[in-house]
Amino acid sequence: MAIKKFINLNLKQRLSLKRTEAKKIFMTYLFVIVSFAILQGMSITGTLSSTMEGMLIPICAYSVMAVSLNLVVGISGELSLGHAGFMSVGAFTGTATAILLQNLIPLAPLRLAIAMMTGAFFAGVAGFLIGIPVLRLKGDYLAIVTLAFGEIIKSIFNNFYLGVDDYGLHASMLTDTTNLASGGRMIIQGPIGISRIAKISTFTAGFILLMIALIIVFNLVNSRFGRVFMAIRDDRIAAESIGLNITRFKMIAFVTSAAIAGAAGCLFAMNYSTIFANKFDFNTSILILVFVVLGGQGNMLGSIIAAAALTILPEKLREFADYRMLLYALILIMTMLISNNDGIKYFFQKINPFRKKQEAE
Amino acid sequence: MTFLNFFINGISLGSIYAIIALGYTMVYGIAKMLNFAHGDVIMIGAYVCFYAISRYKLPAFVGVIGAVLICTILGIIVERLAYKPLRQAPSLAVLITAIGVSYLLQNSALLMWSSNPKFFKPIIARGAFKFFDGQLSISHITILTIATCVLIMIALSVFINRSRLGKAMRACSEDKGAAQLMGINVNATISLTFAIGSGLAAIAGALLCSAYPTLTPTTGSLPGIKAFTAAVFGGIGSIPGAFLGCLMLGVIEIFAKSYISSQLSDAVVFAVLIIVLLVKPAGLLGRMTQEKV
Amino acid sequence: MKRNKTKLVPVPSKAMIPDRDVARAPVLECINLGITLGGIKAVEDFNFTVGRTEIAGLIGPNGAGKTTVFNLLTKVYQPTTGTVLLNGQDTHGMNTVQVNKAGIARTFQNIRLFKNLSVIDNVKAAMNNEMKYNMLSAILRLRDYRREELAAHHRALKLLSIFDMQDMADLRAGSLPYGAQRRLEIVRALATNPSLLLLDEPAAGMNPSETAELMDSIIKVHEMFQIAIVLIEHDMSLVMNICEGICVLNFGHIIAKGTPEDIQSNPAVIEAYLGRKK
Repeated sequence: MAIKKFINLNLKQRLSLKRTEAKKIFMTYLFVIVSFAILQGMSITGTLSSTMEGMLIPICAYSVMAVSLNLVVGISGELSLGHAGFMSVGAFTGTATAILLQNLIPLAPLRLAIAMMTGAFFAGVAGFLIGIPVLRLKGDYLAIVTLAFGEIIKSIFNNFYLGVDDYGLHASMLTDTTNLASGGRMIIQGPIGISRIAKISTFTAGFILLMIALIIVFNLVNSRFGRVFMAIRDDRIAAESIGLNITRFKMIAFVTSAAIAGAAGCLFAMNYSTIFANKFDFNTSILILVFVVLGGQGNMLGSIIAAAALTILPEKLREFADYRMLLYALILIMTMLISNNDGIKYFFQKINPFRKKQEAE
Repeated sequence: MTFLNFFINGISLGSIYAIIALGYTMVYGIAKMLNFAHGDVIMIGAYVCFYAISRYKLPAFVGVIGAVLICTILGIIVERLAYKPLRQAPSLAVLITAIGVSYLLQNSALLMWSSNPKFFKPIIARGAFKFFDGQLSISHITILTIATCVLIMIALSVFINRSRLGKAMRACSEDKGAAQLMGINVNATISLTFAIGSGLAAIAGALLCSAYPTLTPTTGSLPGIKAFTAAVFGGIGSIPGAFLGCLMLGVIEIFAKSYISSQLSDAVVFAVLIIVLLVKPAGLLGRMTQEKV
Repeated sequence: MKRNKTKLVPVPSKAMIPDRDVARAPVLECINLGITLGGIKAVEDFNFTVGRTEIAGLIGPNGAGKTTVFNLLTKVYQPTTGTVLLNGQDTHGMNTVQVNKAGIARTFQNIRLFKNLSVIDNVKAAMNNEMKYNMLSAILRLRDYRREELAAHHRALKLLSIFDMQDMADLRAGSLPYGAQRRLEIVRALATNPSLLLLDEPAAGMNPSETAELMDSIIKVHEMFQIAIVLIEHDMSLVMNICEGICVLNFGHIIAKGTPEDIQSNPAVIEAYLGRKK
């Protein structure tokens, strides 16, 4: 009897993801594409306010950051408090690359793409090096150590000097001893960071990066890798008992996330004419974590919406002048209180037409 | 001799960290949350103290007591309004709320007292004891800091290990459900923990600003984070561990500042933390819990 | 379903295994295995041999050290003394992951499923080590991704159907009823292709009819895969019906070994369970 039922199953249909899951992914792609089309259209026709216009690239960068952090926090279940560190590595290495290639590759989009890839590569390497010690720890210890690493990366870039002249690259720590030949150019100048950046980031580039990040994360999550990430998150001991190498898979998630963050950092940096290490501090890490938590762990669309909303919100609150950050803090607290209130949760579940029928436990 | 000077300064800084870390680690132990707003309570305490002493010309000890009172009340209110409704919520939600509270306190301070740095008048007269023909000088505030810290450590250890309320606190940190069944008022105990932690933060604020007199609305954040790092370093939940971790961290920080580079001192401090956690994953005195299979 | 009586015969190490397994090396040999936990010798001088296709039972009162033995075999704890030979290979220095790859799979007394994954993903997660496609294939959905995922899906459903769970494949594992969760744990363990399956109280919390179904399923697994199974169980009817060799533990020591008939009449066992006669 059981065997017969089994034969009758349509395997192809079964292999397609659970429908709700597939719908969620589809909605995410659709949302990003439609938003891009609308905003781009408004931008071309000039109906977009200039403040909004200026926020498009940061929104993309923060959305990518949120999606990448969600891979670590939501899917792998590890709390990371130093994600801005990877953004920083990507921003500095990527921007430096773009400056070095300025004369070699006149085509800006190509230069940006190479810069982002370089940023992603170095951030991935940083993620790997940091992951070696970090991923041996658990829970809050891991969180504190990622925080520590974020601070270390910030300190290093605050004291790092890099210049280029006809003889090649010159680097030094703490004090500027690069002694460039005449005609040379300082690229990274310690606490001042990188200045005179050619602003080559575009909204389209941000959109493409976000789509790539989403494709990587979604496809990874719905493969053997994502299954293992989530298995380890749900039960570490059981995961070991079925032969899953915990450290290896955590590392894969961590490095992937760091690399995506690096590319986002590069996109972010090349939207400004100057960039310095203190821009990527603990508060930035926290900000990205807030996007992830507000948007829902494991929920990529939520992350993107939260990133966009919380980037726009402080600007919209600007009319309240001095009270703006106070209001921002209050909204943050209220959102957390409301979204975790059982009564309100139940109310939203009741009115939500998309709610899953078998969620009841 | 300079070495000894640095060492004593380190111990003094570590003592301040220790007082901050106590609040952090007690709250962590009982509510299992990283209370990121703790650093900002320090700042509020320091401001209250500053206004009491410099504006209203009150005696220093009155200022400190006032700061302790106000911070204690603040701690209880914050716990009631922001954290208590989230008792059953996932820990990340609580963490984000704590961060929200931290922003709220910082920005309230910014509105009330502006971002201009205030020059904090030390709570005891400036001056120093000199030894070995003035080669070694220990300032009064250093001695006061270390003494206060030792006193608080002893008092708190006795309180937690001996008193009824202390036992209730330990019971709650082990298992809230079981504690409730044993007739312990869990909510009151958690409030008490926040009250003690915040009161200590006020003392730490006064001492911190006496030693490093510039006071701004963000004064508390970095010491707060470092103190918590130090508590982790010593082993979360262990009071002697927090004490030891903070003293070591203070000494390392001062040495790194003096002998390596003042800009890189934070990096050195955090690097040491990472190395220690690699060798001892539960911190110096923390106990490793094995999950039951 | 009552099983045919098995005859236990000695192997060179003098341990008893089913006569049909004598020709092949035992799947598991524990020699003087022991561990000290917090100063207490939780298990001591544990000598235990399991034949290649034997169903063995590990019984004893609560706190006797049965689960500790499983934890020693799967290296959740490293033994302080003794040796574990798995298919003749010394497992000294291995960790849980390596032991699983060498052929031991287990279930847990307190169910440890991947609660937020679907039922079938729980099983597929356990098949990870036989899937070889890399990250690029996963991200770009290349052909080997599709082929291996389809094969894994096929096999996962087949395994689920042994326990009649194929219709639950898309449910969240944490939302399953208790009995189904226990069965899913067995399926997940089987998915790693073990040569030795350790079941820790598979029938705990089940009603008699569920237990009977479980018993049939275990026998079915045994016949289909021809693997060795060791189970810890308090349900004596289950143990006596399906186990060929039984080992009784009390206070960390083996107090009796033998066929179900031997055990049922063994005075030391009766004493351990019922107390000394007044």
